Amino acid sequence: MSQLFSSKNVKLLTNPLNENNPITVQVLGICSALAVTVKLKPAFVMSLSVIVVLTFSNLIISLIRKGIPNRIRIIVQLVIIASLVILVDQVLKAFVYDVSKQLSVYVGLIITNCIIMGRLEAFAMTNKPWDSFLDGIGKGLGYARISIVVAFFREFLGSGTIWGYPVLEKLGAYQIGYVNNGLMILPPMALILLGTIIWIQRSRTRSLIEKK
Amino acid sequence: MENLINIFVKAIFIDNMIFAYFLGMCSYLAVSKTVKTSVGLGIAVTFVLVITVPVNYLIENYFLHEGALTWLSPKLSGVDLDFLSFIMYIAVIASIVQLVEMIIEKFSPALYNSLGIFLPLIAVNCAILGASLFMQERSYTNIGEAFSFAFGSGIGWFLAIVGLAAIREKLRYSNIPAPLRGLGITFIVVGLMGLAFMSFIGIKL
Repeated sequence: MSQLFSSKNVKLLTNPLNENNPITVQVLGICSALAVTVKLKPAFVMSLSVIVVLTFSNLIISLIRKGIPNRIRIIVQLVIIASLVILVDQVLKAFVYDVSKQLSVYVGLIITNCIIMGRLEAFAMTNKPWDSFLDGIGKGLGYARISIVVAFFREFLGSGTIWGYPVLEKLGAYQIGYVNNGLMILPPMALILLGTIIWIQRSRTRSLIEKK
Repeated sequence: MENLINIFVKAIFIDNMIFAYFLGMCSYLAVSKTVKTSVGLGIAVTFVLVITVPVNYLIENYFLHEGALTWLSPKLSGVDLDFLSFIMYIAVIASIVQLVEMIIEKFSPALYNSLGIFLPLIAVNCAILGASLFMQERSYTNIGEAFSFAFGSGIGWFLAIVGLAAIREKLRYSNIPAPLRGLGITFIVVGLMGLAFMSFIGIKL
């Protein structure tokens, strides 16, 4: 047991949350991270789907990594990812139909999410199954963290709710003249918010600052 | 005809791939450092979009859609293969990209040298798969509409990446707060460009 959670393996889980975050540092998988963040609920469901697909595709690829001919590895990876995404899509349609409608094409776009291809190429192809499994969870959590933070601010400032619960209305903010910032719901604000998150993160972790 | 132009203009300005749907962001941010390379990538994306979306349209309407197999035999009219669409689309895209790469290499080495490095990247560009999925979701009525949507999306993507590259070339000489340098300011610039593009909402021909 102690071997399974050695300090190296714990690092695989915690590193992606900040210093090695897939979105803000490695710039992978931004499309879906931004597009589904108007409300918290779809962002949460999307993050969960990404974690599931990323973890299991990492695990499967790592299990069969020695049997994959190098020349056709991309197509093998794509087939495995696409099959997992179809499974996730069908599960979402069966259990949370309304969220699945909101996510629309972005569930399908997990297939071409660069985080997944990137991790398969850079990690699962050369590492043991258990390490790859943990790496998948860690990178997935890093993705989830950013998209949930963006979604929280967009939903709170844009529609005055948290997870669909009208917080500001209950607090009586509208009676004293507060107005929702409609700009937050529009797509460009997701980009500006993410830019601000990167700004904050890099001022706290100076080593991430890019050289001139 | 008017309908086709309307779809075309809508795909460029209002439903812009980058600013409205964030599709193809990874390569958009990675390749937009100089205008020259971004022109190359923009053309390659448009090119692949224009081929793959109509092909996927045919596959969707003659194989996958509910009742689409009726042309084979009336007995198959109840078959619905829509759940296979993801895997079919990505297979079509990956093979077409490979094919296009080989054809260009054979017939136009000059074009291959300028596009070649980008083509393998494009197979996993979200904009390509995204356009096919949007085509499916919006259920265009004929292949002309699908083509004009694909062409419009490609041009929209091209405009977005060339615009950003031009801004980033100038940005290199400006004095940006250190933590915001590079990625951070790029996101904010893209956001501001997106706000500018929002003024096109409501255009209808």
